[in-house]
Amino acid sequence: MTAASDDGFVVFDRVQKSYDGEVLVVKDLNLSIGKGEFLTMLGPSGSGKTTCLMMLAGFETATHGDILLDGQPINNIPPHKRGIGMVFQNYALFPHMTIAENLAFPLEVRKMGKDDREAKVRRALEMVEMGDFGGRRPAQLSGGQQQRVALARALVFEPELVLMDEPLGALDKQLREKMQFEIKHIADNLGITVVYVTHDQTEALTMSDRVAVFEDGRIQQLAPPDELYEAPKNSFVAQFIGENNTLEGVVEEIKDGVALVNLDGGGLIDAKPVNVTKAGERTKVSIRPERVEYNKDRLHADAHTLQAEVMEFIYMGDIFRTRLKVAGNDEFIIKTRNAPDQRRLKPGEMIEIGWLAEDCRALDA
Amino acid sequence: MSDATDTGPVLAADGTPLKRSLARALRAQKMRALALIAPLLIFVLLTFIAPIADMLFRSVENQIVSETLPKTVVALKDWDAKTGEAPPEAVYAALAADLQVAVAAKEHTKVGIRLNYQKTGVSSLFRKSGRQVKKWDLAADAPFKEKFLDVDEDWADVELWQIIQTYSSKYTSGYFLNSVDMELGPDGIRPVDENLAIYNLLFKRTIFMSLAIMGSCVLLGYPIAFLLANLPLRTSNLLMILVLLPFWTSLLVRTSAWKVLLQQQGVINDILVWIGLVADNDRLVMINNQFGTIVAMTHILLPFMILPLYSVMKTIPPTYVRAAKSLGATNWTAFWRVYFPQSVPGIGAGCILVFILAIGYYITPELVGGTDGTFISNRIAYHISRSGNWGLGAALGTILLAAVLILYWVYDKIVGIDNVSLG
Repeated sequence: MTAASDDGFVVFDRVQKSYDGEVLVVKDLNLSIGKGEFLTMLGPSGSGKTTCLMMLAGFETATHGDILLDGQPINNIPPHKRGIGMVFQNYALFPHMTIAENLAFPLEVRKMGKDDREAKVRRALEMVEMGDFGGRRPAQLSGGQQQRVALARALVFEPELVLMDEPLGALDKQLREKMQFEIKHIADNLGITVVYVTHDQTEALTMSDRVAVFEDGRIQQLAPPDELYEAPKNSFVAQFIGENNTLEGVVEEIKDGVALVNLDGGGLIDAKPVNVTKAGERTKVSIRPERVEYNKDRLHADAHTLQAEVMEFIYMGDIFRTRLKVAGNDEFIIKTRNAPDQRRLKPGEMIEIGWLAEDCRALDA
Repeated sequence: MSDATDTGPVLAADGTPLKRSLARALRAQKMRALALIAPLLIFVLLTFIAPIADMLFRSVENQIVSETLPKTVVALKDWDAKTGEAPPEAVYAALAADLQVAVAAKEHTKVGIRLNYQKTGVSSLFRKSGRQVKKWDLAADAPFKEKFLDVDEDWADVELWQIIQTYSSKYTSGYFLNSVDMELGPDGIRPVDENLAIYNLLFKRTIFMSLAIMGSCVLLGYPIAFLLANLPLRTSNLLMILVLLPFWTSLLVRTSAWKVLLQQQGVINDILVWIGLVADNDRLVMINNQFGTIVAMTHILLPFMILPLYSVMKTIPPTYVRAAKSLGATNWTAFWRVYFPQSVPGIGAGCILVFILAIGYYITPELVGGTDGTFISNRIAYHISRSGNWGLGAALGTILLAAVLILYWVYDKIVGIDNVSLG
């Protein structure tokens, strides 16, 4: 983990963006990114994350507000003078140039001498383990190889800030996971600041120092991955990050930092009040599938429990995924580790489930 | 794949070679495809390919002399034009015999017209002689040499006999030689008289003007196509209609419109005079010359440049230019180093289309070309429909066709026809 000193290397200051003068796609964005930080903008399509990236790169102009890079407002600086590296979703390798020519392009336009150029190109290609491919054309490379070249091209002119717009979107799952680590390692080694856009939450959690979850043109939560997963601030983030079980109900009382929730489907549970403040409020309660417990020995003696009917048992290798019907919700998922002593539940079985109050968060309705 | 080479042909389940059983399976499919295109194929063969082949054949065909004057041709074989003396009596006797048959069949004027292409005056000579020869008695009236010379002194002309001798073979290269301002003389091939030489100039002019039209189409069409490909859909659709509207308008209407615009009392000259750029008595000559042809044809052929360019540019994702800019390229560098090279196949397609259309264009140069703005096609039309010298017209057409095919081949070698995208 790099020292993500929050000195505001990149700052979005009250930035708004509208394409048609009627709808704001980015609403009042405030964001400060530290030098050397790996920040991911995560969100569903149309949430405004790519627009933010394009404003930072200079391909879109902010309708209102300032974007600062290293303390300088860059709103009026054209893209080619910003010195920001960028990796595109479809790689955007120039098809009429060889790999080496692609990499030499940013150095050429900077009027660098031929010898320097060749040395840098070679070093950049070796960094992404593509040293032997300099003479090939992009069309002769596989998707993963093109991705590496695109990364090398964005880094070869040594920018301090690199933007990545869903760079792994076109790769298959295995390659994607491998590349996630590689990108992360390269970014850490070079100490560059990375702003990464993706709609894949696993990617965001694996790679980032901090994740900004976008929805409806706003940042819903900006937090390190563990905090995002374990302490979502609202029900959108809880739903969007990881798998999540939701139960709806009304707050009965709040006492000693624990809310007692009366579920619509019947039953009382304990929850940690996050977005609820007083009794009588409606709430959505969120519980992660792996935090649900049906082995009574592991629960507090006074923990509230619920009756559940096993609907479906799915064997997934490393884990068991069991679908339950709980308080009228038959999409309730629990995940258990495949251990020798683990009981395999059978459909139709009735069990009792519970959890720790701090794992169950009472969020906005 | 590899086991086929190791162990002989791959066999199907029933033991027949796989290739044969595949061919059998595909035969029905091929027959059906053939049946579907058969009507069009027959139509094209009858109305397009066959007439073209026939016309091309006329460029070398020359049977009329040997068929109409068979005896004369045989008798002339031993005569040597280089002696400078008229042929012996036997030749005149043979000619008299041939002409009597020909006159009876009314064929003698056709030979006259054919030979007239090589030497003016032969046509009337044959017609005149035909009327006399009809009355002669072949058995009694010898010698015929004096009789022919009585009809016309020209029958003693060595050049005339030499032409008959040269064109007595069934096939001739004469039309093709004429097409490049050469002719067959007694000593072989020689250039024609300078005053008659016209075709080399016309070919050169046709190619030069087609290149000029192609060039101006690229210059005018490229920015339009670029706009079309990069504007938002609604605006680009409107622009596309503006491009296509003239494309759908009659060719004659557009050519006539240029006549109105460009003539000396026309709109453009009027405006130039009105704003004082040009004196009233010194109006610009913009029509009935090369300028007029180039302007009008550029306008007419422009859509053929824009459409392939547009279809190629449409496929260039905007991220390439963005990537170039993010890598530090200025707008111009990003365009020139990244966008332009990718649009080259479109330029190639547009150029080949415009050039091939331009090189064979007829109507517009005919209407606005005057004398120095006409193309080779206008000369072909003249020979086909007015002078009646189909052989020469066919030879010119064949050369034009060959030139286009050669250019196409050269283009394929340099650019590669696979790189051409017509949309």
